[in-house]
Amino acid sequence: MEKEIKKSSLSVSENGIEKKTTQKRLEVLKTYKIYIGGQFPRTESGRYYVASSAAGKQLANVCLSSRKDFRDAVVAARNAFGGWSNRAAFNRGQILYRMAEMLEGRKAQFIEELIQQDTSRSKAEKEVNLAIDRLIYYSGWCDKFQQVFSAVNPVATSHFNFSVPEPTGVVSIIAPQQDGLIGLVSVIAPVIAGGNTCIVLASESKPLCSVTFAEVINSSDMPAGVVNILTGKPSELASWFVNHMDVNATIYCEKDSSVQKMMQDKAALNVKRIFFYDKINWNSDEGQSPYFIMDTQEIKTTWHPIEHIAGSGGGY
Amino acid sequence: MPKTGMLTTIPDFTLTPRIDQVGAEERASRFTKRSIKKEAKVNGLKLVLNMIDLTTLEGKDTEGKVKQLCYKAMHLHDALPGLPAVAAVCVYPTMVKTAKNALKGSGIKVASVATGFPSGQASRDVKIRDTRYAVDNGADEVDMVISRGKFHAGEYNYVFDEIAAVKEACGEARLKVILETSDLITFDKIRRASDIAMYAGADFIKTATGKIQPPSSMPVALIMIEAIRDFYYKTGKMVGMKPAGGISKAKVALHYLVMVKEVLGEAWMNNHWFRFGASSLANDVLMQIMKEKTGVYQCASYFSID
Amino acid sequence: MPVTNKKNIKKSNTIKLKFDTGWSYAPAPESKSSASFNKQYDLFINGEWVNPLSHKYFDTINPANEEKLAEVAEANAADVDRAVKAARNAYEKVWKKMPAKERAKYIFRIARMIQERAREFAIIESMDGGKPIRESRDFDIPTAANHFFYYAGWADKLEYAFPNRNSNSLGVAGQIIPWNFPMLMAAWKIAPALATGNTVVLKPAETTPLTAMKLAEVIRESGLPEGVVNIVSGGGATGAAIVNHPDINKIAFTGSTEVGKLIQRAVAGTNKKVTLELGGKAANIIFEDAPIDQAVEGVINGVYFNQGHVCCAGSRLYVQESVAKELIRKLRDRIETLIVGDPLDKNTDIGAINSRQQLDTIHKYLKIGKDEGYQMYESSCSLPAKGYWCRPTIFTDVAQSARIAQEEIFGPVLAILTFRTDDEVIQKANNTPYGLSAGVWTDKGSKIFNMTKRMRAGVIWANTFNKFDPTSPFGGYKESGYGREGGLHGLLPYVNLSN
Repeated sequence: MEKEIKKSSLSVSENGIEKKTTQKRLEVLKTYKIYIGGQFPRTESGRYYVASSAAGKQLANVCLSSRKDFRDAVVAARNAFGGWSNRAAFNRGQILYRMAEMLEGRKAQFIEELIQQDTSRSKAEKEVNLAIDRLIYYSGWCDKFQQVFSAVNPVATSHFNFSVPEPTGVVSIIAPQQDGLIGLVSVIAPVIAGGNTCIVLASESKPLCSVTFAEVINSSDMPAGVVNILTGKPSELASWFVNHMDVNATIYCEKDSSVQKMMQDKAALNVKRIFFYDKINWNSDEGQSPYFIMDTQEIKTTWHPIEHIAGSGGGY
Repeated sequence: MPKTGMLTTIPDFTLTPRIDQVGAEERASRFTKRSIKKEAKVNGLKLVLNMIDLTTLEGKDTEGKVKQLCYKAMHLHDALPGLPAVAAVCVYPTMVKTAKNALKGSGIKVASVATGFPSGQASRDVKIRDTRYAVDNGADEVDMVISRGKFHAGEYNYVFDEIAAVKEACGEARLKVILETSDLITFDKIRRASDIAMYAGADFIKTATGKIQPPSSMPVALIMIEAIRDFYYKTGKMVGMKPAGGISKAKVALHYLVMVKEVLGEAWMNNHWFRFGASSLANDVLMQIMKEKTGVYQCASYFSID
Repeated sequence: MPVTNKKNIKKSNTIKLKFDTGWSYAPAPESKSSASFNKQYDLFINGEWVNPLSHKYFDTINPANEEKLAEVAEANAADVDRAVKAARNAYEKVWKKMPAKERAKYIFRIARMIQERAREFAIIESMDGGKPIRESRDFDIPTAANHFFYYAGWADKLEYAFPNRNSNSLGVAGQIIPWNFPMLMAAWKIAPALATGNTVVLKPAETTPLTAMKLAEVIRESGLPEGVVNIVSGGGATGAAIVNHPDINKIAFTGSTEVGKLIQRAVAGTNKKVTLELGGKAANIIFEDAPIDQAVEGVINGVYFNQGHVCCAGSRLYVQESVAKELIRKLRDRIETLIVGDPLDKNTDIGAINSRQQLDTIHKYLKIGKDEGYQMYESSCSLPAKGYWCRPTIFTDVAQSARIAQEEIFGPVLAILTFRTDDEVIQKANNTPYGLSAGVWTDKGSKIFNMTKRMRAGVIWANTFNKFDPTSPFGGYKESGYGREGGLHGLLPYVNLSN
């Protein structure tokens, strides 16, 4: 990370007044690190890749996460699962809302990062706004989807019987490659809104927002380990994301059929749930729905006898 | 402390095992699924006959009525030789002497209700004297009722002491303690009352007086039988069981036998430890035995009502 | 046998119950005369019985006496292809287009016809699979009929099942069912598939195909359009042909986790929607404040129901140490009263083990349990000379690490472990790759909800066990599979949702 990388959109140095009085100031560059268990470590591998714009402008050195980083992230996610899934749904909603607030506050930074990664300003503004709104959308669902998708089942015997959704556990996600921010937010939010914890591999070509988004998460009262964000190459990591016994479900957002087949095959290892979100336009309303939450939910059905002594009509 | 055969420390009756009604009913219904046919049926029915406490407990009972009942007890159906006799005749205390005389030499016991039967709403003193009166007149067995009001008020010590006092008043007579389960309502309370009665010295526990509705049922009897089993395991002391009220069909009686067989086992399969309190059961059993013998369905007119 | 008053009175110090009473039940066999089945069955394809292209048949035997009952066609890949074509044709030309309320009426009709022929179904189920007639009569067959009845009513109400979405049928569903509840599993598979507008190719289990064949007769009589339900018997190869068939849109499988994983691999790279209902090793937890006698029944019902051939069997019993002794004594008493024998006898509690192969598996585990040094108790009952039998068995003082506590035995074998605290038992209960079902027994309401919430399993029975109902979703967490069968949630595996 010795290379000097100039942020193209920062124009402070072009301020005429400053020029007069001071020498050109050296920018402080951001180190894009990964996010595991509420910490921002560098990849244990020590490897990096250079994120660049379409025009070839080098934007940042980004961690090239390894399978060991993934392994560490799974441990963090598993440790966080009990606490997060047992939190009051209302509280989860508040934390997702807090994420939206934090994102709103750092809007400019995200817009700039998107622009650096070849999005037009107007589109970047739209994407960031949509990401904020999407977090709020899922914030609201945290304590409601259970009501919509639960059932009290009228069994024929003298039992009270109800079915409720419960989080499936640790979810590994390979985020959409095209939509650096809205894609990332759209796949993380429903998974954690439902009480799961996750490990997300950010867009390889547009990784900047993911690391900055980790900072948003980290300042949102989100317990450590609920969301873990890695940067790197899906081509290296996809198989590890599915080939882990302690991951309960995997989400993959690209159309690569060979990767899909590989994932379905490896999923059999521990009867993992696999979801391909490869036809979703994340920039539209179809990118949000409580049915996304339900994908990483299990239905638990509970039975209990109902005493029926008084007024039962029958003798006892 | 009365000498009631106490073999262990008295437990805290608020801590008696909890009962899940639905589960208990499921278990009880399993006994009714046993298919009792042919030889097993005849043998079972004869056993049932031998376990019956033939009962008359009416305000309008007279000596004449009781004498007739006693005759019936000794001659259940003379057209069918080789039948066992019933276990006992059960009457009010004032009828004990009559019954005793009528049954002399038959081996059939005389049981008497006592202690302010059926409500039990009498003073301790009256209850003791009622008991002594029955025993003094020759009752072999006393069927007492517990004080349900005191029980519901949580005065378990009162209920316990009363049973112990009556037991003492019984002397050699065996004491059956009627819980009147339909007054207790919940299975938890039925279990608790069973435990209180047994620890206080009951020789038998009995479901009901037969005077109130609904009558006792298989699940209720199951709760009591399981209490008896647990008491046996804890103390080594056997206690008898007497379901009463509402058992008028031979088929139902056989279900009870199945229940005793599968919960308490061999030791209880006799009339020293198991009784049916019933007035009309005997004739239905006789009709079924006759049917098994002749292959022809029977008509009640051919069996004397008492 | 009149009994004299003083006979058989036990000395008070011999504290042991004796259940071998002088009064015993006479045999009460259900008459076979009201059930008839053919000596040979072909494949049921496109509404007709057709000879298998494989030209092969295999025997199905009565596990209670090892006698051959019938021979049944063994479908090969070409036969499966024929069945899939029939199902596809019926889907495109008839079933997909039929108004939902008409679809419903066919399913209702099937339910009614099963009810009418319930006794026949029950007898054949017990003969073919070895389960006690009491269970097939009182549970399997009525519940199967009820399942059709329940899902029939959904057919024209699907817009209420998925808020803000349209549901679309998938097409042809390939369904593979196990041998433990042959008729009931057929109902669990076929009923929701039809209600949601799919057509079906169903493969019954190799050892228990007969009730499926009778169901084919009912379906034919019901007038259900040809090809909507096709039933192809066979073994693993037939199942593989279904799983691998390119024109099948949906695979529903109930069976072992091992085969479930094979299926998951086999459909990799396809668009087949899959639901798997796989193995289990359910923890059944008894706290010291439990309604203990009902808990005993729950344990019995939990592990000896259907000879223990139940994926959700409560085969891992956790008992709080303070009541372990009492509970084990009661369980030992209780298994003495279980009647093992002729499945067709109405008094039988435990019938025949389904197959020689399964009996060998159970024996293997009994040996493992003994070799690992766990205390084994079994019922003292005698077993018939012919057929496949296993006494109800209990292992006590079992360790969490024991194979009999970890692996699915699928037989009447209970492993008892003790625990001390709530935290400990939750950890131990969840310490398994499976997550199908679990049980908890306590009188304390708040504890029940803590336990039922924290146990990672799809079905939790609190103060009861092994209860099933058409309205109640069933299915697992983790390696016990995914998707639900039964209830509202049982519809989703058979539809695609669209905006």
